[in-house]
Amino acid sequence: MSDERKGPELLRRNVGRLRSRVGGCVVGSHAIFRDKDLHAELADASWLELYLFGITGRRFSKPELQLLDTMWAYTSYPDARIWNNRIAALAGSARSTGNLAISAALAVSEGAIFGRGIDMRASEFLIRTCAEVEAGAELGPLVRRELSERRSLAGYGRPISNRRDERLDPTLKVARSLGLADGPHVRLAHDIERFLLDSRLRMAMNYGALGAALTADLGLSPREHYMYGFGAFLAGMPPCYLDASDRPAGTLFPLPCDAVAYEGPPKRSWHKS
Amino acid sequence: MEETTYMQSRIWLEEPEPNNPFAARAAFCHGYEVYGEMLGSAGWVDMVYLLFKGEAPSRAQAAALEVLAVALANPGPRDASIHAAMCAGVGGSPAAAALTAALAVGAGGAGGAREVLLAMQAWDACGRAVEAWSDHWRERARDGGEPLGIWPAAEHPAGFEPLGVSTPTPVKQVLARLARLDADSRCAWLQTNLASMEQASGHPLSLVGVAAAAFTDLGMCPEEGEMLFLLLRLPGAAAHALEQRESGHKRFPFYALELEAPAGGATT
Repeated sequence: MSDERKGPELLRRNVGRLRSRVGGCVVGSHAIFRDKDLHAELADASWLELYLFGITGRRFSKPELQLLDTMWAYTSYPDARIWNNRIAALAGSARSTGNLAISAALAVSEGAIFGRGIDMRASEFLIRTCAEVEAGAELGPLVRRELSERRSLAGYGRPISNRRDERLDPTLKVARSLGLADGPHVRLAHDIERFLLDSRLRMAMNYGALGAALTADLGLSPREHYMYGFGAFLAGMPPCYLDASDRPAGTLFPLPCDAVAYEGPPKRSWHKS
Repeated sequence: MEETTYMQSRIWLEEPEPNNPFAARAAFCHGYEVYGEMLGSAGWVDMVYLLFKGEAPSRAQAAALEVLAVALANPGPRDASIHAAMCAGVGGSPAAAALTAALAVGAGGAGGAREVLLAMQAWDACGRAVEAWSDHWRERARDGGEPLGIWPAAEHPAGFEPLGVSTPTPVKQVLARLARLDADSRCAWLQTNLASMEQASGHPLSLVGVAAAAFTDLGMCPEEGEMLFLLLRLPGAAAHALEQRESGHKRFPFYALELEAPAGGATT
């Protein structure tokens, strides 16, 4: 970033080598993960702890890790109707590989109206709004501004249901038991929901807002929250793939020809076009 | 809530075989019978254009798409998306993994499909006025000029090469070929105003910029251009992945490692 060289000279400087600030492997000897020896200094780290260390460069306490682990677990549903899970399951039904199935399902998990796309926006909105409210701004106009500029409020409302998000109470219960449910961003997330409901905007908080608020209170930036969220749906995907793989090939969501309602132009001749 | 068990499509109609509702007897793409009539008469780019735009292309449109399809088919092993596909090939990963790798890497805002989308949005916003382009780039360069989302913020004017010195010959050749097809096209305007546009952007034109102008000329919206750019670059990714699979890991660079001072976490 600080390299002043430009153009071909900047490229030439990087030919034939990997410059890394995050680590590497000395094959046959040891591996460096950020500035730590993976098999010595990080030997006791759980996978999630290592994953977060890789993203943030920071270590987290046991209660914090437990909350972050819970947040992944509580939003992993083995329901193949859900769009991203459906891809894993369709891959199973079509007899594709497990890795391709899960990779594609994860790739799809950063949608504009669900998953990582919402995570990033929700985290940025809550962190920015929290700072503005702490500086003395009134919440209502900030929420209305966001709604007007973005036409939606990331983390509020839900595309397939207007019922209360079933993940909220169990997650808050765990967060409370760990003493992690009362940070400023979580309080703000509740305040925003109250404002929305009082204003008859009918947008209840969903898991996107709560998750973003909880990690913001742990000090995660929007981008760190986005990267952390990678595993949020993951545990539900392999069962979808496996279940479909164990059934007769091609029998998941079969569609007869007349189940695709055609709404296009009438039949016409190519030769006249 | 009523159960929705059907899909809707303006693109595709299938009629079933009399003995099996799950097998198509005939398929129609935007009204044209594909296997009974188009086959043998329509070219591949005709079909691609029809799928995206819902109408058969004119002769000039088909010719432009044909030029683009050839020009974009293989960015070559120096391109990051092809490099990614070769990584899949060298390790013997599945074919779909090679194409997935090329798509993921080739999707970005630096030389990838995201940059095509941004450049096409700029065409929509700025049209054929160099001053408007200058204002647009100034606006985008300001902090916070781009909404925060999953995509990293753009670091250079879309469609131009931030590390280039001058517009490479093949880029000029593709632009010239496209400009020749229609004197009133954006490609023709871009060719005429290339020096001014390069001066305004501070960078030479890239193939991404030519593709964005050409897709816009074809009536594609930015999202359609983004998709087509991803699609049209896959042949090279596939061929290089297969080539690398065959030539093996001993003939594929692994690179020296230089560790630098540790970085902080992901910011923003």
